[in-house]
Amino acid sequence: MAVMEHDLVRQDAATLARAMGDGEVSSEEVTRAHLDRITAVDDRVHAFLHVMPERAIAAARDVDRRRAAGEPLGPLAGVPLALKDVLTMEGEPTTCGSRILEGWRPPYDSTVVERLRSADVIILGKTNMDEFAMGSSTEHSAYGPTRNPWDLDRIPGGSGGGSAAALAAFEAPLAIGTDTGGSIRQPAAVTGTVGVKPTYGGVSRYGLVALASSLDQAGPCARTVLDTALLHAAIAGHDARDSTSISAPVPDVVAAARAADVRGMRIGLVRELSGEGYQAGVSQRFDEAVGILTDLGAEVVEVSCPHFEYALAAYYLILPSEASSNLARFDGMRYGLRAGDDDARSVEEVMALTREAGFGAEVKRRIMIGTYALSSGYYDAYYGSAQKVRTLITRDFEAAFDKVDVLVSPTAPTTAFRIGEKVDDPLAMYLNDIATIPVNLAGNAAMSLPIGLAPEDGLPVGLQIMAPPLADDRLYRAGGALEAALVDRWGHLLIEEAPSL
Amino acid sequence: MTTTHDTIPFHEAIAAFDPVLGLETHVELGTASKMFCSCPTAFGADANTQVCPVCLGLPGSMPVVNRTAVESTIRMGLALNCQTAEWCRFARKNYFYPDMPKDYQVSQYDEPLCFNGWLDVTVETEDGPRDFRVEIERVHMEEDTGKLTHAGGATGRIHGADYSLVDYNRAGIPLIEIVTKPIAGAGALAPLVARAYVTQLRDLMRALGVSDVRMEEGSLRCDVNVSLARPGEPWGTRSETKNVNSLRSVERAVHSEIERQAAVLLSGGRVIQETRHFHEDTGRSTSGRSKEQAEDYRYFPEPDLVPVAPSREWVEELRGTLPEPPSVKRARLRAEWGISDHDFQTIVNAGALALVEDTVAAGVDQASARKWWTGELTRIANDRGVELESLGVTPAQILRVEELVATGALNDKLARQVFDGIIAGEGGVDEVVAARGLAVVSDDSALLAAIDAALEEQPDVAEKIRGGKVQAAGAIVGSVMKATRGQADAAKVRALLLERLGVQE
Repeated sequence: MAVMEHDLVRQDAATLARAMGDGEVSSEEVTRAHLDRITAVDDRVHAFLHVMPERAIAAARDVDRRRAAGEPLGPLAGVPLALKDVLTMEGEPTTCGSRILEGWRPPYDSTVVERLRSADVIILGKTNMDEFAMGSSTEHSAYGPTRNPWDLDRIPGGSGGGSAAALAAFEAPLAIGTDTGGSIRQPAAVTGTVGVKPTYGGVSRYGLVALASSLDQAGPCARTVLDTALLHAAIAGHDARDSTSISAPVPDVVAAARAADVRGMRIGLVRELSGEGYQAGVSQRFDEAVGILTDLGAEVVEVSCPHFEYALAAYYLILPSEASSNLARFDGMRYGLRAGDDDARSVEEVMALTREAGFGAEVKRRIMIGTYALSSGYYDAYYGSAQKVRTLITRDFEAAFDKVDVLVSPTAPTTAFRIGEKVDDPLAMYLNDIATIPVNLAGNAAMSLPIGLAPEDGLPVGLQIMAPPLADDRLYRAGGALEAALVDRWGHLLIEEAPSL
Repeated sequence: MTTTHDTIPFHEAIAAFDPVLGLETHVELGTASKMFCSCPTAFGADANTQVCPVCLGLPGSMPVVNRTAVESTIRMGLALNCQTAEWCRFARKNYFYPDMPKDYQVSQYDEPLCFNGWLDVTVETEDGPRDFRVEIERVHMEEDTGKLTHAGGATGRIHGADYSLVDYNRAGIPLIEIVTKPIAGAGALAPLVARAYVTQLRDLMRALGVSDVRMEEGSLRCDVNVSLARPGEPWGTRSETKNVNSLRSVERAVHSEIERQAAVLLSGGRVIQETRHFHEDTGRSTSGRSKEQAEDYRYFPEPDLVPVAPSREWVEELRGTLPEPPSVKRARLRAEWGISDHDFQTIVNAGALALVEDTVAAGVDQASARKWWTGELTRIANDRGVELESLGVTPAQILRVEELVATGALNDKLARQVFDGIIAGEGGVDEVVAARGLAVVSDDSALLAAIDAALEEQPDVAEKIRGGKVQAAGAIVGSVMKATRGQADAAKVRALLLERLGVQE
């Protein structure tokens, strides 16, 4: 079939899986092709912090052997994947993009990794990210920025820029991201790829190094809606080790992606997530996409979520508060970096010096904000008020979902900006997540998928679809329909237009 | 750093001030696994062998609540007449310390699982027993920290140590914290009330089966808050004496802190709000860290855990599992044993109620059980400054001793030596008897020889007895007992003596 005639790395996961199932190609060949691609391009892209070729090939051979023995294998068996470096994998470095965890090798697998392994997905390596997932550009990685394959002088989004860039650079057909305020969706938007933040509790957080526990959610990233759904199905579901994980059945996201049908679906445009502050080309492509959804038979209405304007402020109190506590354990006592231990300094001094040396500026900034916000005398005004805003935002969503099945907005207000452009302006950086943050505060599910290139800069634009908690399948039903219509119009996926590296 | 003031005698302190107490008691629950992971909780394992990513707080790990710990806490709360929250959350208590793997402790803050209860305690006074109702503020769950050992340095504390070792086996062991409301009005009885309260808490936890409260292993730790007020005036500044780890120390810590604060106040000084460290050896405390700049723990709801929402059905089901309340039980035991209030209170004051009860249950008659626990064994425990139960004497051993006494193989004096041997770690009853050669001398010829020798030494006494003064026999019996180092049966010696002299009683 066609697969062997093309470059293996340009195939999507579903196609590769089918080809492997049909015996056209082995997992080892597929895995080697991706490892070769990483060798060829990653010195320029810097999507990966750590590649594990021997382990990946050994895992691929094992899949090939078991397939040859006639063992039943899962739908993604033998397909390579890039793992964000915030999830533990036994024995492999897990840095979270920070110096403070340099050299630490966790003694245990995260639940996501455990499920990927039991699905026989081949993990190629760990991808770059903003330090402890704090950022929207991957410039805050202690190991240097990742570059956007569409334009190597531009950011790939963040914090999961490494995972998104790995997909866009054809270094892996699948990737895992984590999304606390948009870290899956915004990188997907600016790299022309697909990413889903599942319903909070939909995917176990066990083994995900916490940034903000009440907001963090791991999720699937790929180049197509169907691939994203296949990966979603592989990692989702209740986990007894994460008491915040949902014990309800996972919605059938794969069937929804295949159905790809918006006829009769009610779609809400969020009034507060458009207009001023959104780049012209972003708004233009968004409006066109909404037009396509209407043409496909959806009923599109405008809805208002009046409290969304407070989302960013609430988010930047809740996140730093939780982060200040979650990151306390990095004190040099048990693992990772230890600085200043000269046998004369006290334990407090060594802790302070370790944290001074090990954390970057953005991490320190948020730890200080969070420490302040939780302080006695300020708690009610900051953390307490932020939680109330969170409740109001949740109610906005509930009211909106009384009227419509899904909500849509641009994923990010702009296309990929230049490396260095916003790195010294935290507020400008934070505004990148203005459209993605409300979903995290409410615990909903959301997807970003590519809808074209902005005319003014020729860079990808993403559309965000938001669904109520536990209705993740609606993302795939709508996203699948829009993707199919766009591919129909373009004759190919948007990512095919990315420059070759 | 230590402000030193002379103390003044307790009665003078009480004459001038009313003490107000507050007790925070931490007890390790007896669950098989830890609070938030499945690691075992057994005491005494090699350091850092009972740990996992969760209780080591490794990046990415997450806690899951131990249902048995919640159940134990609810049962304890119910036994303390508390209300049970319908919905409550864990909270993070944030502070940096190397014994805390995550640099925060998962505890409960403003939403305790149980709250608003009480426990009635009885103390013995010169005017007979007196009851006090100790009101309970809250009962909540939390995880224990690791255990630090500081090597080198003079203080045994982290500052000045050459290095410190951490054992995280204890990290994550479930703790229950029981906090009283202020206890006022006890006056001079305050130290006894404190001790009686902790004793009764301990007995209650054992009766509930939620903890076996091994005090010698540090599984019960008490923080003692004391403040003084002049009669009718507002309460004064309190100090908090940390980690008071035995019943006796609770009493002593309250006693000495009342004396210390009174001396400070009477000399015109001011009591500082501070943490104090209690020293078991001296019975006194020294100043620790000042709380004038109160530590800010930045509590907030633990986002890694879902709220605990015990259904009312479950709570009622647990209420049905509660054992007899302590006051009811005490009344029943007193009636069953048929003893006076005073005798009963002696048992309670000795902290021996459960031990006597267990000993009676083992088959020993109540009089003997009481005699041993409140007499000889209490004396030894006091001499050694330890708790009765940590002597290592078991009800079964008392039963064995009593059996040997009943058959005449031991007498009381030898029995005491048996207990000495047990406490010294020489083994069980029969081992000590064998090893020490403790057996009543019942060989008549050996006794007759000793009697003859005594009569020869004291011919005048012998003459008196022959003359019918039977009461004079005591002197000869005494000499014989002395000669046989107490290993003879005194009654038998007397009978043989009278027979020898041909005298009738």
